[in-house]
Amino acid sequence: MKQCSNPITMELVKGIPTTVLWKIYMTMLKIRMVEEKIADLITRKEIICPCHLYIGQEAVATGVCTALENNDYVFSTHRSHGHYIAKGGSIKLMMAELYGRVTGCSRGRGGSMHITSPLVGLPGSSAIVAGTIPLAVGTALAFSIKKNGGVSVAFFGDGATDEGVFYESLNFAALKKLPIIFICENNLYSTHMHISARQLNGNIYKKAQIFKMPGIQIDGNNVLEVFQAASEAIEDARNGKGPTLLECMTYRWRGHVGPNWDIDKGLRSKEEVEWWVDNCPLKRLEEFLLKENILSESKKKQISKQVNEEIEEAIEFAKESPFPDKSEVLNDVFKS
Amino acid sequence: MRKLSYAQAINEGLKQMMREDKSVFLIGQGVTSPWYVGTTTVGLLDEFGDERVIDTPVSENGITGAAVGAALAGMRPIVTHPRMDFMYYAMDQIANHAANWYYMFGGKINVPLTIRGIINRGGEQAAQHSQALQAIFTHIPGLKVVMPSTPYDAKGLLISSVQDDNPVLYIDDRWLYELKGDVPEEIYTVPIGRGVVREAGKDVTILATSYMAYEATKAAARLKKEGIDAEVIDIRSLKPLDEALIFESVRKTGKLVIADAAWKTCGMAAEVSALVSENIFECLKAPIKRVCLPDTPAPASSVLEEVYFPKDKDIILAVKSII
Ligand SMILES: Cc1ncc(C[n+]2csc(CCOP(=O)(O)OP(=O)(O)O)c2C)c(N)n1
Ligand SMILES: [Mg+2]
Repeated sequence: MKQCSNPITMELVKGIPTTVLWKIYMTMLKIRMVEEKIADLITRKEIICPCHLYIGQEAVATGVCTALENNDYVFSTHRSHGHYIAKGGSIKLMMAELYGRVTGCSRGRGGSMHITSPLVGLPGSSAIVAGTIPLAVGTALAFSIKKNGGVSVAFFGDGATDEGVFYESLNFAALKKLPIIFICENNLYSTHMHISARQLNGNIYKKAQIFKMPGIQIDGNNVLEVFQAASEAIEDARNGKGPTLLECMTYRWRGHVGPNWDIDKGLRSKEEVEWWVDNCPLKRLEEFLLKENILSESKKKQISKQVNEEIEEAIEFAKESPFPDKSEVLNDVFKS
Repeated sequence: MRKLSYAQAINEGLKQMMREDKSVFLIGQGVTSPWYVGTTTVGLLDEFGDERVIDTPVSENGITGAAVGAALAGMRPIVTHPRMDFMYYAMDQIANHAANWYYMFGGKINVPLTIRGIINRGGEQAAQHSQALQAIFTHIPGLKVVMPSTPYDAKGLLISSVQDDNPVLYIDDRWLYELKGDVPEEIYTVPIGRGVVREAGKDVTILATSYMAYEATKAAARLKKEGIDAEVIDIRSLKPLDEALIFESVRKTGKLVIADAAWKTCGMAAEVSALVSENIFECLKAPIKRVCLPDTPAPASSVLEEVYFPKDKDIILAVKSII
């Protein structure tokens, strides 16, 4: 996986204002710190709902969402926290959801796999593998009918490209030149199975070619590479040039679900995990920004402090929030 | 007799069927995983190899169709879905193809297929990881549906499903996996289409499916202490349905509570209720009561799960409302 360890270069910074770089750093750090915290809270049995942690993949959500406008739509999966945070979802409302409280973003009915923030363009996350890919095609279709310049993003894993609906969605989006970006986060695994056990040609980006759609494989642990590639694809989509498939090579550090590291089960080697941890997307960005004097030590400390406070506040909010009333179980089956 | 857990009983049934009949093979997500389908497939890969224990890409529709096709070519596949929720993707292959085939082609070619759908709920997993879809599948002609609730039946019904010449949906429930019970070592069958009386009684019939049979037995024991003598029927097969057993019991008790941990509307409880009133209305001494899920998706928060999933106490309440 050589392409995932190339150093971040000044070339990639071109045209990105320093404030945006800081925002990118802060978003990645926020996702990392929230997820580490959640891992801890699961271990302490404070959080019960199954959580699929995003640790190790922060650069993908951050790079893509930073390149989007608030009104653009993003659809997420079972591994939803990173997309939600990067798109600007409130950590308070997410934490309350994970705690099963009525103040949660889904009133405690959805849990970790079903978080939503319609006001910042996240209509929802689905735990059915590939389930949201056609939904993102649908919002892109709506945008193109309304001609409002909106762009849709479908986030999905490599496992989702095993499903037929992935191919149907690509075909239709390409056919109608819809304003959508397909973001495949190839973390090499679908639950216990390596991609080589599931697909003979694991180069997911190449699948775009058969639909005459651009398909690009990038280093998903280099946030600036993700940002630049996403920005170009988004611009194309906005200008009526149709969809792009971006395959972002990355890795989930923890097990498929929950906080454990998943190295002792014979599913993946310690060396493999260590290689990827060594190529930590957050560390790579931080080292680069410090080296190039884009981020000072004091700015770094300030950001970290701010993020930490936000998380602590969110947890406090969640814990102080009431559980849903039992009668809530019957509500909202239909909009009245 | 030797005791096995429900999960071990499934495992043994799978092993014995694969040893016995070379045309039997296992295909589906997680069948080589140590945890994906509980421990029900442990050791199978080692014994039978990856030609007969096939872990698959995340492709429910295609893989189920391939299993139907293999059945058409003389194999006896067992296609596994780690959760019923994911079977919606395979709905077309099950309903339009597997279930229709024999009838649609004038009885010329049959589909000896076992579809294993697992119910896995609770633990704040929410709407897409909690579903018990037995009614949807029981609605479809040409598909048999079984739901074992004990280790003995888990093995016996699995063997019957595999040996059956038709598509059979075998639904097992992870809430039962640790339950221990007597399981003979040899190959045996539990007939599809036969329910069983778990507790004999005269005051009220509690008819239950799957995990609710376990809750119903607990409820009956508590009711007995209060002087109410409940008969518990574990129906085991939803299609074909053991109507004779149901009618016999209700003729005796005159009262019926149906416990099925699935949605109430158009569910199994509705079906059984309709059959009873259609056929032996004159025997009823009270309204039929249904203990089911409310007609809502499954919520995440434990507080809501607590009221969502019915338990023995709900059965007891229903019984008392007609006694
Ligand atoms: C239709 C369906 N089939 C199976 C599953 C079980 N499942 C949950 S997540 C997952 C892995 C998906 O892998 P990938 O898309 O690569 O996402 P990752 O977990 O790696 O982020 C599977 C198979 C599911 N949720 N939905
Ligand atoms: Mg993956």
